[in-house]
Amino acid sequence: MDSNYHIISTLVEDKPGVLQKVAGLFNRRGFNIDSITVGESEVEGLSRMVISVHADQKGLEQVTKQLNKLVDVIKIKDITKNAVKRELCLVKVNIPDADARSEIIQYSNIFRARIVDVTEETLLIEITGDKKKINSFISLLKGFGIKKISRTGLTAMARGV
Amino acid sequence: MRGGEAIIESLKNMGVKTIFGYPGGQTIPFYDMLYDADLDHILVRHEQCAAHAADGYARASGKVGVCLATSGPGATNLVTGIATAYMDSSPILAITGQVPTHLIGNDAFQEADIVGITMPITKHSYQPKNPDLIPSMIKSAFEIASSGRPGPVLIDVPKEVQEGQLSKFDDSLIDTPGYNPTTKGNIRQIKKARDLIKQAKKPLILVGAGVIISGACKELKELAYTINAPVMTSLLGKGAIDETDDLALGMLGMHGRKVSNDSINESDLLIAIGIRFSDRTTGRLDSFAPDTKIIHIDIDPAEIGKNVDVDLPIVGDAKNILASLNKLLKEYVASDEVNTWTDMIKQRKQDLLPRVTYDDVPLKPQTVIKEISEVLTPESILTTDVGQNQMWAAHFYDTQKPRKFISSGGLGTMGFGFPAAIGAKIACPDDSVVSINGDGGFLMVCQELATVKEYDIPVIAVVLENRTLGMVYQWQSLLYDERHSQTLLGNSPDFVKLAESFGVNAVRITKPGETKEALSSAIKDNEPVLLNIVIDSEEALPMLPPGAGINEMIGEYKLEKDVS
Repeated sequence: MDSNYHIISTLVEDKPGVLQKVAGLFNRRGFNIDSITVGESEVEGLSRMVISVHADQKGLEQVTKQLNKLVDVIKIKDITKNAVKRELCLVKVNIPDADARSEIIQYSNIFRARIVDVTEETLLIEITGDKKKINSFISLLKGFGIKKISRTGLTAMARGV
Repeated sequence: MRGGEAIIESLKNMGVKTIFGYPGGQTIPFYDMLYDADLDHILVRHEQCAAHAADGYARASGKVGVCLATSGPGATNLVTGIATAYMDSSPILAITGQVPTHLIGNDAFQEADIVGITMPITKHSYQPKNPDLIPSMIKSAFEIASSGRPGPVLIDVPKEVQEGQLSKFDDSLIDTPGYNPTTKGNIRQIKKARDLIKQAKKPLILVGAGVIISGACKELKELAYTINAPVMTSLLGKGAIDETDDLALGMLGMHGRKVSNDSINESDLLIAIGIRFSDRTTGRLDSFAPDTKIIHIDIDPAEIGKNVDVDLPIVGDAKNILASLNKLLKEYVASDEVNTWTDMIKQRKQDLLPRVTYDDVPLKPQTVIKEISEVLTPESILTTDVGQNQMWAAHFYDTQKPRKFISSGGLGTMGFGFPAAIGAKIACPDDSVVSINGDGGFLMVCQELATVKEYDIPVIAVVLENRTLGMVYQWQSLLYDERHSQTLLGNSPDFVKLAESFGVNAVRITKPGETKEALSSAIKDNEPVLLNIVIDSEEALPMLPPGAGINEMIGEYKLEKDVS
């Protein structure tokens, strides 16, 4: 894996402007955030933010320290090494003919994806997994004609206790 | 009690006596409540100067300075002042009016997202959604602004929140689990510092504003004397040690004293305290103390290793750490090698004292600073603007006490010196306050002559007139083939008449001796005065060109010992 790829998990106060501050710090250092996901955490009033980013070690260390200085940021951890990584993706794919329909359903079964909406011309499929799995699934569907893709970005958690 | 009254009450509870501000549409409710309140308000003539005055107040006193502006343009006019305070770790509270909550986001008249705009230049910010939150937010703002590494905090108060009734006055601190500045240094690290000091043969100390902010000047002096190490400072570190002391070498950096710039790379141990190794202090990084072991003491972990790689970091408050270190060094006696080194540096300091004795007309800036030094006492406060005037003041003026040299370091804000002097004088009414400005920067803020006249604030504004934007002019002379693009000011105004039109006395000075005389009588008169001093426009300090190492200054460094 790319050694400059990092997954940062942060615990932040659930307040307006926090996302803007965090994203702004990465921006100032010239790092492009790959994805950022935010949601409620196990503590009321606190959110967990998972950021995936390409950054060199020294730059990342500086961003981490700057993040730590934000009053609204409570904890930061680089969990790149031992994280369980998941992303959810919704794909709407064309059905050119009846054979295609069953082919797509078979692929979906192999990838443990779920079909959540069906029309005569399209299928809406939900798939969860790491980035690589989702990318492979999407590339299989490309031949049928993809109408829309919507991805959540990566959320992650460190393994172990 | 209404929201605006809660602001006033909370400020008074925090010990605030004076605020600097400028009213506008969305702060009318607050100003109406201020009308009957027992809280002084200085009406500046531009909001930017309210922020600089609050900053000057904070730097001179160590207490939080407070400025206030209306929404939209009032708030955005504070931005330069807030950024200035942020870069130099100065604790100010900026209060802004905001359009009523129900109009926020509608592009209402004079609406600006000032919380968003100031996010990268504030330590924290609040926007109370109801008046009950005001007391807690102001108390928390003071706590955050002044603790740890200080910095500006902004509170943006919508108009209806200023008018709304409080159900109760509760000023308990807002819980901030993510904010825990490290103040106590790790004792194992401090012991390692002691060991490095014991091994060192050529120690040097480099201090920044952190030592002044922390109140660690006494501990610094004890350390320097115990280990017999010479002390250099950054621009903002001036005053951390008495610069007339034999051990004090003066400022290091792009326009630093030659003795400091020449000596740093010869040291084998650099103890850096409360300093962030700005590019203006270090020059090119790979030739900054390459063979020197570096101990870095700072309260902000983000400063460790940011610019300069260090051998031993100690995170914490300088006063605590130096006190512990001094305790560990109780038995330490400087070796012969250390004493030889330090004697050599002390002698070098004397040999390399910059020339300040001139009798030229047009006046040399050195003459002006020398005469100012002769009149001022260690208690006097000197503020500077930005550019050549700042570097001349920093280079030639010996600051003897902390909080007596006030200058915009990090942001380098032209127009800072004069309003900062107003704030400093409000903070320290018994001390003489002199601001040194160039003719360029002074024109950015000259409207504050109205303020000093109106409130009879006896600051002395020195305006060094060379009719150029001297610092850029100097760069163009040295590095851009003398193509002086847009740096010639042409016909400057008559600064004496300008001051007099505001009712402020002014003197035009062109010859040696006149500065001393005019400054002495200005201090005696205890009135605001402008000293318009005409100087040689070709005078320039030696400098490090961009990309040069710390000991690669260009330009002739004239020495006092060569004066015949």
